[in-house]
Amino acid sequence: MTQSHSLTATDPARSARFRLDREGWISLSLLLILVVGASAAYLAGESFFVNLATRMVIIALAGVGLNLALGFGGMVSFGHAAYFGLGGYVAGIGAFHAFDMTPALGIPFLPNGSDQLIPLWLTAIALCGLLAYGIGRLSLGTSGVYFIMITLAFAQMIYYFAISWPTYGGEDGLPIYIRNQLWGLNTNNSLVFFFLCFGLLMLALSFCHRLLGSRFGAALTMARLNPVRLATSGVEPRPIKLVAFVISGMITGLAGALFADLNGFVGTSMLDWHRSGEIMVIVILGGVGRLYGPVAGAMLFVAMEFWLGGLTEYWQFFLGLVLLAVVLFARGGVFGLLAGRSRHE
Amino acid sequence: MKKVMNAGLGLMMAAAIAAPTQAEDVKIGMITTLSGGGAHLGVDARDGFMLAIEQAGRDDVEVLIQDDAQKPDVAKSLADEFVQREEVDIMTGIIWSNLAMAVVPSVVRQGTFYLSVNAGPSDLAGRLCHENYFNVAWQNNSLHEAMGEYMSTEGFNNAFILAPNYPAGTDALEGFKNRYTGELANEVYTQLGQTDYAAEIAQIRASGADSVFYFLPGGMGIAFMKQYAGSGVDIPVYGPAFSFDEIIIGAIGEAAIGVRNTSQWAYDLDNAANQAFVSSFREKHGRTPTLYASQGYDTARLILDALEVAHPDDKDAFREALRAADFDSVRGDFRFGTNHHPIQDIYVREVVANGDGVTNQLVGVAVEDMQDVYVDQCSM
Amino acid sequence: MTLSLLFEQLLNGLQLGTMLFLMASGLTLVFGVMGLINLAHGSFYMTGAFVTAWVTGTTGNFWVGLLAGMLAAAAVGAVVEFAVIRRLYHRDHLDQVLATFALILIFSEGTRWLYGSSPLWLNVPDSLAGSVMLPFGVEYPLYRLAIIGMGVLIAMGLYLLISRTRLGMRIRAGENDREMIGALGVDISTLYTLVFALGAGLAGLAGATIGALQSVQVGMGEPVLILAFVVIVIGGIGSIKGALVGALLVGVVDTLGRVLLPDLFKLFMEASAASGVGAAIASMLIYILMAIILIFKPNGLFAVKH
Repeated sequence: MTQSHSLTATDPARSARFRLDREGWISLSLLLILVVGASAAYLAGESFFVNLATRMVIIALAGVGLNLALGFGGMVSFGHAAYFGLGGYVAGIGAFHAFDMTPALGIPFLPNGSDQLIPLWLTAIALCGLLAYGIGRLSLGTSGVYFIMITLAFAQMIYYFAISWPTYGGEDGLPIYIRNQLWGLNTNNSLVFFFLCFGLLMLALSFCHRLLGSRFGAALTMARLNPVRLATSGVEPRPIKLVAFVISGMITGLAGALFADLNGFVGTSMLDWHRSGEIMVIVILGGVGRLYGPVAGAMLFVAMEFWLGGLTEYWQFFLGLVLLAVVLFARGGVFGLLAGRSRHE
Repeated sequence: MKKVMNAGLGLMMAAAIAAPTQAEDVKIGMITTLSGGGAHLGVDARDGFMLAIEQAGRDDVEVLIQDDAQKPDVAKSLADEFVQREEVDIMTGIIWSNLAMAVVPSVVRQGTFYLSVNAGPSDLAGRLCHENYFNVAWQNNSLHEAMGEYMSTEGFNNAFILAPNYPAGTDALEGFKNRYTGELANEVYTQLGQTDYAAEIAQIRASGADSVFYFLPGGMGIAFMKQYAGSGVDIPVYGPAFSFDEIIIGAIGEAAIGVRNTSQWAYDLDNAANQAFVSSFREKHGRTPTLYASQGYDTARLILDALEVAHPDDKDAFREALRAADFDSVRGDFRFGTNHHPIQDIYVREVVANGDGVTNQLVGVAVEDMQDVYVDQCSM
Repeated sequence: MTLSLLFEQLLNGLQLGTMLFLMASGLTLVFGVMGLINLAHGSFYMTGAFVTAWVTGTTGNFWVGLLAGMLAAAAVGAVVEFAVIRRLYHRDHLDQVLATFALILIFSEGTRWLYGSSPLWLNVPDSLAGSVMLPFGVEYPLYRLAIIGMGVLIAMGLYLLISRTRLGMRIRAGENDREMIGALGVDISTLYTLVFALGAGLAGLAGATIGALQSVQVGMGEPVLILAFVVIVIGGIGSIKGALVGALLVGVVDTLGRVLLPDLFKLFMEASAASGVGAAIASMLIYILMAIILIFKPNGLFAVKH
């Protein structure tokens, strides 16, 4: 992963290579803060703070996924907890069967569950892609408030399903006793796991960057801003949006799998509609439609959770105030405040 | 220490055992539910626990208390903080089974002792039992099983049974059916967190049952009982103590009178330790303790008793001292089975009028020396 | 299942539907007139319940409490509209969702701060306690019957308000053409505040009446809010008629699903497994219903044309 190209998302082709604009500098410093912060905490023996940084990275990754649908595709999904939770359950269920040495889902011909991260990640991505395809196919026929509500309804459906399916804990959730493994790496080491997650975040960011810079990205932007014009130029907007929605679900699902391994636990709280709201909040806090917006949003959110949570039991009250202020007075989020309006606004 | 911490769970245990300090203070980490709909359970467990610690007057015992808000992920990250940052010797306090399952297995594997004040999920009694885990309350099924036996001996032969559709709910009904010998009028699962029971009450009315057994903890039970009382159905109601602790029946009021419930403890049990506990708790907090308070109190007394023998840094000696359970439990006879879960009497209580309120009164013993059914699955 | 049991369950479904209608009518009015999607509607439900429990506890009179709860919810609604909501009318739905999500956090935690975490208790008034005999040999709680009656009255009142009064005329005009009504010289910001307060008051009334049956606690508005959204999406957002039909549909389907599905599965499954699976599917039933309706009618049953 190189940092040599411009980090702006909106129009990468036009910005000069090897030169960072203001948004690029902010993005680079955020990443540096994460890496330096996590490493310093590790050297100081504070693995708790390393895990806090990992949490930021994972939640940022979930936000990067949603941002693709919401910020770049204009699809206001209020049900991304479904993918986050499904990804988490893949990690949890894989570990559960690996621990028990039983075939996945109890179906005899399937391989035993796995405690290897790569197959788990790939399964999570594939299943979340399938789920997003199904939900997207059905939901993209609607728009506006109906789209918001139908995505919420599908997520609630999965939430209630998970609560009442007893094999994998239902409401009790499913613990992961031993963190899933990757080749010879010691994933139990907090810093190793941090860099694993960080690497995936960078991979997702660079993938989105390329995707948005491609002809597909141009079509997606057009599908959001002016679908009629896109259609008259011979491109159907709906399949374009569907593809973006599916990729969005896949990325958020990967984040869910990482989150489950970080906590050593997956439960229905990952599927709760508050979770969908939280992922949305992260995207908005950072700045909608900014590639690195979710990174800023996640760092701010987790830091507030930790800091306010230490000060008062009622920290969500103040989170609400901050969020309200951002929506009413600082619509561009962190990036809007620091880097000015983004070009497409 | 730090390097070893990273070398996997097995080595972590070794490192903890090798820690040199002996005359060190004892650090206890308590994670419990102090906010949300289930807060009164955690508050009582904490108050009971702290009462015993204060009575002991030891200034070398430090207790750290944190609120898990009844969320497994919060409990899990608090536990990581306690074990990794605070390096506590003993952990305790968790109320809910799902939180216990998220926290306990990794805590005990890292070499920290865990004593449960409330939750007793079946896995921790059987498949995942561990030498560092002790349950000072009960295995989850026990009170339900005892009620099944009690209702059978009382001659009920057509019970309507009801629980929320989640693991502790299905365990409750399975546990009940284990020892219940009569017929079932119906077996109904409700949604977790459901607050309107009109449909279920109509089913009960139409079922022709001779009795109702339900497990609906916290606010669900209060809503059910209020609506049941208003419905005009007069089939007698039974349940575990979780559905009828002092706080819950206080909120239900007169509608709860006559309900019988099973508990491993009652505030009017006649033994010296219990009388001392109940009177000092009432004096300090101005209310009658619930079974959760008694469990917190017993847990702290067990820890204090074992500390007289050994410091938790001496893992083997401290574990032996816990296993001996040489303290005067407020519930009367108490000993551990091989899976570190209690073998104890389960009593029956009845809700009676008491001045302007209602209270639980001891009526008898449902099952003597009850042991959980999962002990055979434990390899210890 | 006997006929009388089925009749009783239908009444239960009707009663749930009535409550949902009180919630959904406010939501759908606010959307129809102002084009605003309001997640914080559940907070007014909670406000109504808390104020009713508190005032009833202080004065000892349920009816005073109920009136206070409803008025307090309406007043809080008016204040919120004035301070926050009116800045959102010209924003996109995303901003509206987030700002009102923020309001949920503020209301829930604020209420927890004021009243603590333990639930408050509110009892059914003595005059409505107990049960009555209905035709078909059904014994039914009087209070629930009163709720159904109240719902019918309010539905009729809303119909008259919207079809017969000056305020109703303006509401209808606002639904049809938002710019036009301002140009006609109607004080549009007062109209918006009134409509919003009316919706909040109805939600508060719903919370207060249900609080007496169940318990009054922080977060009690959220499950109802999500159900109310399902209702208005099924009915067509902005349509009062749609809200009524949707509410009754959801109420009856949810109640009957919970009762009938486990019995249905018992025909070909072992009893306790059937109860579990039946209960699980029943809890997803209304979402499945909503998804099916939206696939065939993407704008709901009674789509409002703008």
